[in-house]
Amino acid sequence: MNETIVGDQEDVLGRAFEWKGQGRRVALATVVTTWGSSPRPVGSLLAVDTESQFVGSVSGGCIEGAVIREAMDVIEDGKPRLLDFGVTDTQAWDVGLACGGKIQVYVERLD
Amino acid sequence: MERDILRQLLADRGAGRTVVLAKNLTSGRNVLLYPIEKAEQSPFSEAAREAALNDKSTSVTGPDGTWFLQVFNPPLRMILVGAVHISQPLARMAAMSGYEVTIIDPRRAFATAARFPGLTVTTDWPDEAMEKLKPNRRTAVVALTHDPKIDDPALLVTLKSEAFYIGALGSLKTHAKRRERMLAAGFDEATFKRIKGPVGLKIGARSPAEIAVAVLAEVIQTLHEVESGPTPPPSPASRRGRVEA
Repeated sequence: MNETIVGDQEDVLGRAFEWKGQGRRVALATVVTTWGSSPRPVGSLLAVDTESQFVGSVSGGCIEGAVIREAMDVIEDGKPRLLDFGVTDTQAWDVGLACGGKIQVYVERLD
Repeated sequence: MERDILRQLLADRGAGRTVVLAKNLTSGRNVLLYPIEKAEQSPFSEAAREAALNDKSTSVTGPDGTWFLQVFNPPLRMILVGAVHISQPLARMAAMSGYEVTIIDPRRAFATAARFPGLTVTTDWPDEAMEKLKPNRRTAVVALTHDPKIDDPALLVTLKSEAFYIGALGSLKTHAKRRERMLAAGFDEATFKRIKGPVGLKIGARSPAEIAVAVLAEVIQTLHEVESGPTPPPSPASRRGRVEA
């Protein structure tokens, strides 16, 4: 139980490194800013490959789909992107948040 | 991000180093900083140091755009001196709260793996064990035996470390005697005051599990005060959750 808590981030980065070593094409998404209440703190990570397999999270699940779609473009052209998401009250309600927040996610390719 | 940087970052984490991954959000450049180990020649070394000490990733704006400073601190550790009854619930609660727990007790009848399943137990003498474990600023040490022969050697080593929390079980009277011994050993009053005694928040704890809650609560409070300053009194606003800047 210890490891799942303290090893959270290491696991995502470790997995990304492992995937890259297997020759898979990988993008890394990092939560860099949050405003208001947001489900995952600044520094939260998600790694994704071109088969849309991913580890980690950048939200409670509401923006992962969009981040993964953007990540495909990032893997393709190698240009990092800074994505802005406003969590609307409706979306927030869907994922069980108390109020709408905003988050910024940076997506880059692992070269 | 270059794979070599990620490889280095993973190696640093494995070695228990504090490392800050600085990411330029404009150029995409990634740089590793070690703000605790050395003063670095970078426009945001102070911000990186503060972020590492607060264990909070942050952004800074420099002449070449915004840098995101992502903090990777070594895991929190808790070292318990004494494989006593209180240590059993405390070790489990601390592990649940994200601490890597080690229990030290030279008395083999106490320090058995069966009493502490899944946790690290050592029967080294406390001073030797402490010299090996090297408490750092991410370590809490709690002495729980009541026995100066076992608690004191551990405390003497711990007081020379940067451990963020040091606690020792015992009444006011026991603690007063401990003070005399620590001063006689050459520590000054301010250093002795780093030892929390009687240990734990005052919640009227009686059973071993309740005392464990009191101790762990005090450890958590101390950690977050070190990181962010004194805990504000409860208010309706803080109950709604903190607003991130």
